[in-house]
Amino acid sequence: MAKAKSEFSVIGKSLPRVDAGDKCTGRTKYADDLRLPRMVYGKILPSIHPHALIKKIDVSRAEKLPGVLGVITGRDLPIQFGIMPTSQDEHALALDRVRYVGEPVVAVAALDEETAEEALLLIDVQYEPLKAVMSLEDAINIKEPRIHDYGPEGNLHKIVSIDFGDVDGGFGEADHIREDVYFYQGNTHLPMEQHSAVASWNPSEEKMTIWSATQTPHYVHRALAKVLELPDHKIRVVAAPVGGGFGGKDDPFSHEICACKLSMLIGRPIKITLTREEVFYAHRGRHPVLMWVKTGVTKDGKITAMHFKSFLDGGAYGSYGPASIYYTGALQTVTYKIPNYRFQAIRAFTNKPACGPKRAHGTPQPRFAIERQLDRLAEDLKLDPIAIRQKNMTGPNHVTVNWLKINSNGSKECTEEVLKASGWKTKFGKLPKGKGIGFALSTYICGAGLPIYWNELPQSEVQIQVDRSGLVTAFSGAIDIGQGSNTVLASLVAEVLGLYQTDVSLVTADTDLTPIDLGTYSSRVTMMMGHAAIDAAMKVREPIFEAAAEEMDVSIEKLEARDRVIFDKENPENKLSFKDAAQLAEAKFGPIGAVGSYKPAPKIGQYKGSGVGPSPAYSFSTCVAEVDCDAETGEVKVEKIWIAHDIGRALNPLSVIGQVEGSVYMGLGEVLMEEQDFRKNLHKIPSLLDYKSLTFKEMPPVETILVETDEPNGPFGAKEAGQGPLSPVIPAVANAVYNALGIHIDEIPITPEKVLKALEEKKKGNPPRVGPKGIPSYNFPEPVKVEVPAEWKR
Amino acid sequence: MFYTGAVGTAKTKGGLLESQKTLITLQINGERYEVAVTVNKTLLEILREDLDLTGTKHGCEVGECGTCTVLINDQPILSCLTLGVEIQGQKITTIEGLEQNGKLHPIQQAFIELQAAQCGYCTPGMLLSSKALLDENKNPSQDEIKEALSGNLCRCTGYWKIIEAVELTASRLGASKE
Ligand code: FES
Ligand code: FES
Repeated sequence: MAKAKSEFSVIGKSLPRVDAGDKCTGRTKYADDLRLPRMVYGKILPSIHPHALIKKIDVSRAEKLPGVLGVITGRDLPIQFGIMPTSQDEHALALDRVRYVGEPVVAVAALDEETAEEALLLIDVQYEPLKAVMSLEDAINIKEPRIHDYGPEGNLHKIVSIDFGDVDGGFGEADHIREDVYFYQGNTHLPMEQHSAVASWNPSEEKMTIWSATQTPHYVHRALAKVLELPDHKIRVVAAPVGGGFGGKDDPFSHEICACKLSMLIGRPIKITLTREEVFYAHRGRHPVLMWVKTGVTKDGKITAMHFKSFLDGGAYGSYGPASIYYTGALQTVTYKIPNYRFQAIRAFTNKPACGPKRAHGTPQPRFAIERQLDRLAEDLKLDPIAIRQKNMTGPNHVTVNWLKINSNGSKECTEEVLKASGWKTKFGKLPKGKGIGFALSTYICGAGLPIYWNELPQSEVQIQVDRSGLVTAFSGAIDIGQGSNTVLASLVAEVLGLYQTDVSLVTADTDLTPIDLGTYSSRVTMMMGHAAIDAAMKVREPIFEAAAEEMDVSIEKLEARDRVIFDKENPENKLSFKDAAQLAEAKFGPIGAVGSYKPAPKIGQYKGSGVGPSPAYSFSTCVAEVDCDAETGEVKVEKIWIAHDIGRALNPLSVIGQVEGSVYMGLGEVLMEEQDFRKNLHKIPSLLDYKSLTFKEMPPVETILVETDEPNGPFGAKEAGQGPLSPVIPAVANAVYNALGIHIDEIPITPEKVLKALEEKKKGNPPRVGPKGIPSYNFPEPVKVEVPAEWKR
Repeated sequence: MFYTGAVGTAKTKGGLLESQKTLITLQINGERYEVAVTVNKTLLEILREDLDLTGTKHGCEVGECGTCTVLINDQPILSCLTLGVEIQGQKITTIEGLEQNGKLHPIQQAFIELQAAQCGYCTPGMLLSSKALLDENKNPSQDEIKEALSGNLCRCTGYWKIIEAVELTASRLGASKE
């Protein structure tokens, strides 16, 4: 149903967001803003050991403190949960064993927060410390004690070893091969809103209601049903507007489950809001990943084979890890034609807060590695860094060697645009000393082809109800975390029905009231909810158009709707207001409403792990970074970022630019300063002051260019914008630093200390590099060989 | 103690049942509020917990994020570091007081138009810091805007739309006076 842009009436305009008025007047009610009658407060006692057995917990003194209403431990919530079917390894409160400092151990309900905090001090937990596994090397070398009793061996969570094409043959064809090692430090989402949940048990209905700052109400619903042993229909999860997520609120969390359990216990509503420090422990942030990449190229720069190894430091739990590990290998082939590809990876358990999905989940790390290495390959071959990429870039309608199908592909246009805007030709190799410029390309999925747990059901559903006043209400399970999904929903429904965006009321993210949307992750919402919204709106339009056609005495095909009017395209004077048409339809057919849905249908490869990577569509982004480096202080100042993003179609250009600029900001934080680091078994920086992030002062100017490629699988041609544009920023800056100073910083973040160290090496005549020395020696199992079937290639 | 979270910040006494309270009077958004508080209760807590003025947000409660910014005598302050007992009789403005008789302040209008609010969580603090700047400096340069807002963190926007909204407001306010 794609139609030419000139005909859109709502889409393509930079209309204000539908929820902006509330957000700019303090009216938006986030989870922590809610207060229910008789509500009390909960607090959670964290583990002080990275790894220990719990010998005894004595809560009797806490229970006796006046104002304390209830205390629960792991014994009260013995059932395990986790976001993925294969990572059901968490307890809401540690049972018998703690696995990281900050892990929830005991939860208390009290009349006020101070009393709850005081009660925590009265709890006596006796631990028997175990050897802590604090690094990747530890995890590979320390076989006992095991952090979990599952996984292939010792402290390894998951191992992947897979071959696409003829890898050895591919390397045989290469004229030049190089191997490099990179490390990408972990970092965290740091949403400004701390996680919060309000739970209310209704004993007479035997029903639980929870309002939570979550990106995934549907998965919270499932986890609660499992752990609380309640039937699904006895639980209602409402996602409150989320004050920033970036993947940090994608998992079901301990405090959500504890709030529910305590509410059941005491029969009163209860709120648990995490402190900022607790948010650092809840984490699920970017995995630290150590990477080794070997690439073979012909003399003229054509890639013949790649062998990529990644080692993920997963932290204490599985979380999204089984997906994260594959994401570190899945999308290399989407940007560049890699005809033969070997991917081997390990995800390890360590005694640190669990890692999970952060914006662009699992893909910025390998992107950093391969975009850095392409610059090196270009230099080795005396080729231009852009030329070597252009030689290998994929195009539209391409099938990758790991069975991913790309439709629209704006990587070439994005490259041209960003080079033009940045004046690359006049700058590369021509800037004064200390200044440099770097380029990188990246891609991201627009929703995962498969749901997290296997099922045949739609992944997003929208219901629309038409009121006889001429207004419509759209119901969707999708949750707006700031990315603008509410506005996307309203604008798509308005576009199809010929209404204004503000004519569409929204009810969202409430498992009692709204049909399913699986959640805000993997850049799936615009794609999937968008299609469901268009589907529902088209169905709703049918009876309205039918009634209008009859009244206007014209055939239904001639009708069009815009600006609240339904008219005859050939004779626009013959028209009817939407409201009148809706009333005629209601008189004729009864109440007007419809449901729509979407289920992606990408072909999925037939191999283990093939579920990660397939997507209805892929976005592409290119970035040019210009830096000014101070050789005295080691400081890297990013002077400007140019970024071109293939958005398919910009449903709301200003919103898209907002997502792109936000991604650039977060990418700059990752490349320059953000790190979730540990010292002596402890989190080095669980505060906002010490966890450095960019302020107004460090944020450079950003020039954003949107490239529209009209994705055939996208809703009105749209693709994602919220995650993909983060990834190229990191290698573009790293490449620019090399261009400026001739030093390789192969370890993210690029701090002044590392720059100075590399400069010192350079002065000494050593390789001018800071980065990992090598990778752990580990014998991967023989790769499983996978061939793309011939019919896929067509 | 090596962590400052649930345990570290716990007060050894002063829970609801034992604490001594004082009756204080606050002038907020032109209205007078009487509220009984403990001496260590912050303005942030009073606004949100006692007065249901939940438009004021928090991201750290220890003075590191700017999310809890309100105005006292038109100057931005961090409400999480300000005790209620200290500010009796002073003029307090929160996000709820920025709009007058249902009419948005121009800075709110500009934030809406330019999509300077994404998740919206930093927005109340940003708006108040911006208003304070514009009250003092009718035509701030980009550097002055960055300086004035640098204590307010935002994880969503990349800051530029906020800067542009302040500039747009300055130009509109300037134009309307000419
Ligand atoms: S809440 Fe962070 S500065 Fe006040
Ligand atoms: S808009 Fe989300 S933190 Fe600023």
